[in-house]
Amino acid sequence: MTRELVVISGKGGTGKTSVAASLAVLAGNAVVADCDVDAADLHLVLAPVVRRRHEFRAGRQAVVRPAACRGCGLCLAHCRFGAVLPPAAGAPAPAYAVDPLACEGCGVCARTCPTGAIDLPERVCGEWMVSDTRCGPLVHARLAAAAENSGKLVSIVRGEARRIAAASGRPLVIVDGPPGIGCPVIASVTGASQLLVVTEPTVSGEHDLARVLSLARHFGVPAAVCVNKWDLNPDLSERIEADARARGVALAGRVRYDREVTRAQIAARAVVETGAPAGEDIRRLWAVLASAAAAPDQSFQKDEV
Amino acid sequence: MKIAFTTSGDGPDAPLDSRFGRAPKFLVYDLDGDAWQMLDNAQNLGAAQGAGIQAAETVVRAGARAVVTGHCGPKAFRVLAAAGVTVYNSAAPTVATALADFRAGRLAPARGADVEGHWA
Amino acid sequence: MNLAIASGKGGTGKTTLAVNLARVIGGPVQLLDCDVEAPNAHLFLGGPARERRVIGIPVPEVDPHRCDGCGECGRFCAWHAIVSFGTTPLVFPELCHGCGGCALVCPRGAIRETERRIGEVEIRQVDHITLVTGRLDVGVAAAPPLVAAVKAARREDVPAILDAPPGTSCPVVATLRGADAVLLVAEPTPFGLHDLELAVATVREMGLALGVVVNRMGSGDDRVQRWCAGEGLPVLLEIPDDLRVAQAYSRGELMVDAVPAYRPLLTGLLARIADLTRATGTVRAR
Repeated sequence: MTRELVVISGKGGTGKTSVAASLAVLAGNAVVADCDVDAADLHLVLAPVVRRRHEFRAGRQAVVRPAACRGCGLCLAHCRFGAVLPPAAGAPAPAYAVDPLACEGCGVCARTCPTGAIDLPERVCGEWMVSDTRCGPLVHARLAAAAENSGKLVSIVRGEARRIAAASGRPLVIVDGPPGIGCPVIASVTGASQLLVVTEPTVSGEHDLARVLSLARHFGVPAAVCVNKWDLNPDLSERIEADARARGVALAGRVRYDREVTRAQIAARAVVETGAPAGEDIRRLWAVLASAAAAPDQSFQKDEV
Repeated sequence: MKIAFTTSGDGPDAPLDSRFGRAPKFLVYDLDGDAWQMLDNAQNLGAAQGAGIQAAETVVRAGARAVVTGHCGPKAFRVLAAAGVTVYNSAAPTVATALADFRAGRLAPARGADVEGHWA
Repeated sequence: MNLAIASGKGGTGKTTLAVNLARVIGGPVQLLDCDVEAPNAHLFLGGPARERRVIGIPVPEVDPHRCDGCGECGRFCAWHAIVSFGTTPLVFPELCHGCGGCALVCPRGAIRETERRIGEVEIRQVDHITLVTGRLDVGVAAAPPLVAAVKAARREDVPAILDAPPGTSCPVVATLRGADAVLLVAEPTPFGLHDLELAVATVREMGLALGVVVNRMGSGDDRVQRWCAGEGLPVLLEIPDDLRVAQAYSRGELMVDAVPAYRPLLTGLLARIADLTRATGTVRAR
């Protein structure tokens, strides 16, 4: 059975991707999935050679055929998403239009249009790719600028990574997740074997960690916490860890504040592939995660939900 | 009576898929005619959510009165129950073994969903 | 003024910039925390909420006595949030986007709409700053309706600063719509530049005026500035990589309070933002 380790953070910029890239290197034979689909960065470290590309189509989008529009405005009256634009004042042939950035593709406007002037074509929202890297296959994606349906794209990327792992006998999928707690995060965490929540000792990191741990509990996924840059504020790091323990969440380890982490990124290397001191901390983190996986009955978070 | 089995293959000897909403295909077996047909569920594999609902709609429209699968989530179970379709959980390796278990009365109807809702 | 602060990458300093700009702006200002999945601005401004509103979206409720099970609602719904097989439909509120289509197409008028809670909006007054915070409920997927609720609390006659979520997808677009100008905060690193490029593409797609702030100058290299120069994008401010600022942030303190030397940097930025919106003219309305 393939295990799936998902790295998330709540707050953005806590070091998720740097940690995930190092875990991918340390794992050696995992399948890696970059599920931060609207700001994917893992490929900048893992240097993938793309093997397959797939168009990502999701949902529909209303388009008005101006010649068929009589200008009655029923579409505008019924759209709940503010996506229908009225004709410009003084336009010779007044026709309504749809703002693609606001349209949810529900189809209400097309249904109400008395002249059938509104079409609902499928929309292309980006692409997803399967690549080879120095630490195994990478499934990644690129959401089109200002596009939606990121949760669906995450589901595709995750599903493909699991399929590849099962087909190639790899025991582990490592997922680099998105920030926040909404749609793409929910799509990244449900049904995962384990979450690694990377946080930082700041009031924002602490606040957002609490929300992510509530989300993990809501969906019944065991979580472990890692405080990155812990020495930036040791007292707050202590408090964050104490709070995690009180919630019954395991501590996977601490990573020190280390300017070499950025230098590794600039060199397009994972932190553990350089001499950066923080790499030692990430190796210890990996050892903790791997031993928890090897002994699932003593695993993280005996959550009595 | 028709029974829908979840599978990744193309016939009775194919593996029984443990997932319902995200099973690649359904094999719909007609006990009366001793015949079967394949239904594709591929468009559902990439659904962010609601895959179970759509899969349930697919098997209900095909006229199935029973579903045999590994696990069934809460949304799919609700839809299937509302449509009068009985769910049976099975760990059988293939569709054919699951069918034999069903014929022999070795499968008990599920009383509810046995897994949490998934998005992926 | 209606200024949105965004970034593709998370943790580049959006909230730092937003709360500190609000602090130095001189005169009443509204700070709209549109990062409803991970709202943080209130941690830096403090103070109790003076008002709290529960926000919901409309979801269908079926009257079983009127419904004849025709199934039209289920055939219409793009999200399979309502399903019928010749019986009273099943409703899955967590999948509903609130478009109202099912009620619209029901030939028997059997569907009415009720509110499903998705989160709340809090309003605080801290000195001259009115802070509006959106907080999405845990387990709720759809952030954009809550972003819209945060923006709906805005008063048109007072300048507004909008703190956007990270990324480039729908919650970001929902935040940026209607902004006069967008400040993108970037880190001088490979991740920072890559995500800045994505964010710039999104802002350009929306046709909004745009300037860049480089944060933690000195922690990486000059790739962001070189790219911006090539793209003709103005870099309006460079904030040095300063451990004092990072530590003040970690404690929930404002940069301009912890290191007063940064105050003139931010007042200067305000002047350049004003130039930016003047130079590009008022932005195309969407």
